[in-house]
Order: sequence, then structure tokens, then C-alpha cells
Amino acid sequence: MKFLKPLAWAAISLAGAGAFAYLALSRGETVSAAWLLTAAVCTYLVAYRFYSAFIASKVFALDAARATPAERLSDGRDFVPTNKWIVFGHHFAAIAGPGPLVGPTLAAQFGFLPGFLWIVVGVALGGAVQDFVILCSSVRRDGKSIGQMAKEEIGPIAGFTGMVAVLGIMIVLIAVLALVVVNALKASPWGTVTIGLTIPIALVMGVYMRWVRPGRVLETTAIGLVLLVLALYAGRWVAEQPAIAPAFTLSGTTLAIAIMVYAFAASVLPVWLLLAPRDYLSAFVKIGVVVALAVGIVVMLPPLQMPPLTRFVDGTGPVFAGKIFPFVFITIACGAISGFHALIASGTTPKLLAVESDARFIGYGAMLTESLVAVMALIAACILSPGVYFAINAPAGIIGTTVESAAHVIGSWGFVVSPAELSALAQQVHEASLLSRTGGAPSLAVGMAHIFANVLGGGGAMALWYHFAIMFEALFILTTLDAGTRVGRFMLQDLGKHVWAPLGRVSWYPAVLLTSAIFVAMWGWFLYQGVLDPLGGINSLWPLFGIANQLLAAVALCVGTTVIIKMGKARYAFTTMLPLAWLVVVTMSAGWLKIFSPDPKLGFLSHARMLADKVAAGALPLGAKSATDVARMVFNDRIDAAVAGFFMVSVLIILADSLWVWYGILSGARAATSTEVPFTASTAGAGVPR
Amino acid sequence: MSAQLERLLAIVRRVIGVPDYALYLRHMRERHPGCATLSPREFERERLTARYSRPGSRCC
Repeated sequence: MKFLKPLAWAAISLAGAGAFAYLALSRGETVSAAWLLTAAVCTYLVAYRFYSAFIASKVFALDAARATPAERLSDGRDFVPTNKWIVFGHHFAAIAGPGPLVGPTLAAQFGFLPGFLWIVVGVALGGAVQDFVILCSSVRRDGKSIGQMAKEEIGPIAGFTGMVAVLGIMIVLIAVLALVVVNALKASPWGTVTIGLTIPIALVMGVYMRWVRPGRVLETTAIGLVLLVLALYAGRWVAEQPAIAPAFTLSGTTLAIAIMVYAFAASVLPVWLLLAPRDYLSAFVKIGVVVALAVGIVVMLPPLQMPPLTRFVDGTGPVFAGKIFPFVFITIACGAISGFHALIASGTTPKLLAVESDARFIGYGAMLTESLVAVMALIAACILSPGVYFAINAPAGIIGTTVESAAHVIGSWGFVVSPAELSALAQQVHEASLLSRTGGAPSLAVGMAHIFANVLGGGGAMALWYHFAIMFEALFILTTLDAGTRVGRFMLQDLGKHVWAPLGRVSWYPAVLLTSAIFVAMWGWFLYQGVLDPLGGINSLWPLFGIANQLLAAVALCVGTTVIIKMGKARYAFTTMLPLAWLVVVTMSAGWLKIFSPDPKLGFLSHARMLADKVAAGALPLGAKSATDVARMVFNDRIDAAVAGFFMVSVLIILADSLWVWYGILSGARAATSTEVPFTASTAGAGVPR
Repeated sequence: MSAQLERLLAIVRRVIGVPDYALYLRHMRERHPGCATLSPREFERERLTARYSRPGSRCC
């Protein structure tokens, strides 16, 4: 039977290659989602079986007989040897957030093919490698964080730059995710009430777990899930009452302020009251919806309405500006490669591994799973007719504010959609309008509602499924946002204590309130500018987030490469240097274009110049009511340019520092001092997963 | 409640990140016999504080 195995792998490889060939060659007819799924899954299987095995055995020589930190440092708290399936689930729930849902949806403006290829190829050679290598490095260093490893393996400059960059990335990340929520809830009483109710639901759960039934987490979460379903119906009921619906029909600015107040509260209130119950709830909903979406897509195998490539590969796209290179690689970060994962792969996960060789399944495997989620999000966005997709995702500054103007402009791009069709769809999902609901969440929700309603009950269920999908997306965006604000507050306190020692006291209320307010103000400022932006804000903020996230990935890959070289495995350093080189090219060219492109749609500085010129000529640009407005917009552009510049300089510093270290080691001028913990044999029984 | 269901629930709890008090007790008994242990409430609070004070428990 020995010959069957190679035959099976040959068959899987051929099936994948065949699916790719079909996707590449099909023109002019709709393509079934089945081809995308086949191509993706076959690639994942082959990459996992061969490439991750290569890294596991040749690069790190993972050894099941080597004691892991969980075994050596076992403390029953952070370090607990854990069954690999549990670690996988936990790790996956931590890395999978709204990123892999939003990015592919936005990148669909280029057609389904560019985003799809980047997701599948990027994860196999980049994202999964990064997660896996960082996890292995951390496991060999007592579960140290990426920041500590950057400092100890590369040097203090890289370490400090990395730490400041992480803070910058958190600010942009939270701002852009909050903007996605604002755009999904704007003028939608149903959505607003449903999401609003999730806050009291979490509070009730928190109180229940603390005083009524202490420690009964699953029972409490089950109650929370039932209440969530009731909140969905309560939202519909409110939206149908003409007397109270207007009170919950909120503008973008009101919602932005509400979200800032919420995040501030989450940062200063005790965690058991709000954060912990929300997290438990969101972990369930997250895993549940991902599984449901997978089942829905497999059962329905919907045809993709979006062409493989659209005319917008030339950079004139309405969703975000910029050509396919480098912007598809910036827009889709999570799902292909996400630097944020390095924080998790060097956070909780390395402290749980019972057996060192499990790192392959967890590090590489969980990232492949996230990539599959990104492919499903892309499918859900691409089953909409392109006309509908662009009506939802193009800003009002481009398609106007009526269904007639939208249908006209979108028609001029060559995508047919009628005004009646757009009104009917909005009515079907019980929204006043779906035009210019940028940020990706609403179009993904429409796509998901199509799939769920198709599998589980006719068109009448569309509205419920749409709002369910919005609730699911907002729920886990808010979970990232509130916990992120709290972590940001701690990071600020940690930095602030060097300025004034009492600022670092994490349970001293004045310091807590002050640093929370400062951190909320930092991301709140970007959010507020994004809400006021006539081009929808996502336009400028999402690329900034993409650049920031890829920057963090570059830092992680620098650390990974340094670790590999210090192990004396420089001949295998291509595994991390290949994606690193690609990311440096991508972030540098995208950052450069965002700052200096002469096209005002793309470059921050030329946009600022265009605004100033308009005012000088006595005219007011789109979306500005006064010269003060314009001054604010100009200032805003310059800040965005400065932020992009800051991220680029950070990459260069860390890269230069790393290259210096690599050169030193390879030329023999510097000793390859590694902080790797020496081999200790695993004691039978001690590392048994529990 | 059957033992199998209880085991399944324990797995679900650990996947969503609930700290496991039974494991903590077992660890203390095996490695530090005679040391004072935290009560379930104290343990839960100590774990929650630790979880939300560092980056790396969540992603985008």
C-alpha cells in the first residue's frame, strides 16, 4: 500500500493545478465557487504536507523529545501543557478577527482573481511561515514575546522601534475597525439597537458570572446567545415603530462618539464586567459563523458574479485608489500574511504547547484555516452582482446619493444595475439605503445573507440574515476594539512611567483614566476624520492599516531570519527572507505612493495640495462647507502622510539593524549568541497534555 | 451529567479561553504540595487580570 500515498498527493496536486488552470483560463462566463475552494484547499494540503514539514524538520528540527516551556515552567496558570486540538482552537480564535473578512471584500474591486491568488500563495509562502517560525522561536525561548525577541536577537534599537510601531499600528487598526462599524450602523435603527443591546447583555452576563452563578461560564454564555437572538428581533421591532425608530437612526459622527465612549468605559471598568463576557460570547459566535459560512458555501456552491479581473486594476477603482501592485497586497493583510499574528504566536500559544512538534499543526495549520476564512469572505463578496457590490462599496463622493445617480455612474463603468434593483435590495434587508456603505461589512453581510437565506429559507429571511451578519461582524470588531484599547492603555502607562512614575500604576484611577482618555483620543481622532471624509475614510485609513500590519510582519520576519541564521541554518533563511523581501518591496512602494503620488486620489500630499489650490482659486472642494473645513482636511492629509512615513522609517531602521547583525554573523565578525534555551529532555508523563 | 459531556464542556471552555481551576489545583498538588492555593474566585480574578493586561491575546 506504500505506493498509494505518493499517488494520493499527486492527485491532490493535480486537482489543485487543474482548478487554478480553469480559473486562469475561464473568461466571459460565471465561475463556480467550487473552483476557488478546490484550488485553495489543494494548495493548503500540499503546502502543509511538504513545506511546513520542511521547515519543521530542516529549519527548526522540531523534536517531540525536547521539553516545552509548558512542561519545564508549568505553573498551572500561563504555562499549561495542553492538548494540541485545544491549542489549535484557542490559537485560531485569537488570530481570526474581522481582518480576513474586510480585506478580501475591499480587494474584490480588482475582480476575484488577484485577491484570491495573493491569499492562497501569500499564506503558503508568507503568512503561515511567519506564524510558524515565530511560534517555534518563542517556544525555544520560554514563550518570550516578539518585542523581547526583537530586542535580544537583533538589538535594542530594533526592539524599541518595534514597540513604538506596535502602538502606532494599534491606533490605526482600532480607528479603521471602528469606522467599519460606524459605516455599517449609520442610519440603521435595526443594526444600532441590536449592537447597542449587546452591551447590556454583556453586563448582565458579567454580573451573573460574578454573583449569581460564579464560574458558570458556559451556562452564562448560553444565556447570552439566547439574549443575542432576542436582540436581533428587538432591533427589527424598534425599526418598525415610527415613533421610536428615529431616536436610533444615528449619524456617523454620533456613532463615532458613542464608540469612543464605549471603548473608554471598557478600558477603565473591571474586566469581569464587560470584556470577559463579551469575549466568551464573541469566541462562540466567531467559530459558529465561520463553520456555518463554510457549510453554506459548500452546500450552495454559488456562481461568482464578479469577473476575474475588472478594469480597476489600472488604479482608478472607487473602493480605494491605487493599482493592483502594490495595493492588493496591502489591502489583504490578514488571510495572506498578518504581522499581528506574531503577537499571538509569541503570546499565549507558546506557553501551552505540550509537545514541541505540535507547533507545525498550530502555527502553520491555524493560519491556513484563517486563509480559508478569507477565501470564503472573498466568495461571499463576489457572488453579488458587480453593480450591487460597487453601489455598496463606492463612496458617495463618487456615485452620488440617489439610486439613480449610483446606477448611472456604475453603468458608465460597464456594470449594469438598475435603480429599482438597488432600492429593492435595500428594502429586502430592511435598510433605508445600501449606497456607499463602505468598509466591507455591509456588502459581506448581503453576500452572507444570500448564502444563508438560500440554504435555510427563502428571500423573506434575507433581512434577518443580513442583520445577523452585521451583528456578528460588529460584535467581534467591538471585541477587538475594546480589548485593544485596554492593551493600548497599558502600553501607554508602560511608556508614561518613564516620564512620570505614578503614570505606570495600573490600578491608580487618575492614571488609568488619563491614559485611557489619551489612547481613545489618539484613535478617535483618526476615526472622526474618517467619518467626516467625503470619500468615506476607508479609502485612506485601510491602506494605512495594511501598511502598518505588513510592517509588523516585516519585523517578525526579521526576527525569524535572525533566529534561523543564529541557529547556523543560514542556507534555509530563504524561508523567511523570501516573504520579507516581498513585504519590504510592497510596503515601501505602497507607502511611497500614498505619500508622494502626484495623483490626488492616491497621494496624501498631492491631495492636500489640490485642496489648497481649490481654496486659493476661490472654490470649495467636495464635502467642505468652509475654509476651516478645508484647512482641517489639509492638516488631516499631512498627518496621514506623516503616519505612513513613520511606518516606512520604522521598517527601514529594523531592516538595517537586522542586516547589520546578519552580516556580522555570516562574516564571522560577530558571535552568533542566541538566547535559545538549551535542550532538556522531556520527562515521560510531565508533558502529557491535559 | 455524564463524564463524557463534562469532558467535552471542559474542552469548549479551554478553547474559548476560560482558565481551568481543576488543572491549577492538580498542578499545585503535584508540584507544590503543602503550598496554599488560591480559591476558585481568586484564581479566576487573577487570570482575568493577567489576560487583559498584555497584547497578544487578540488579533485584528
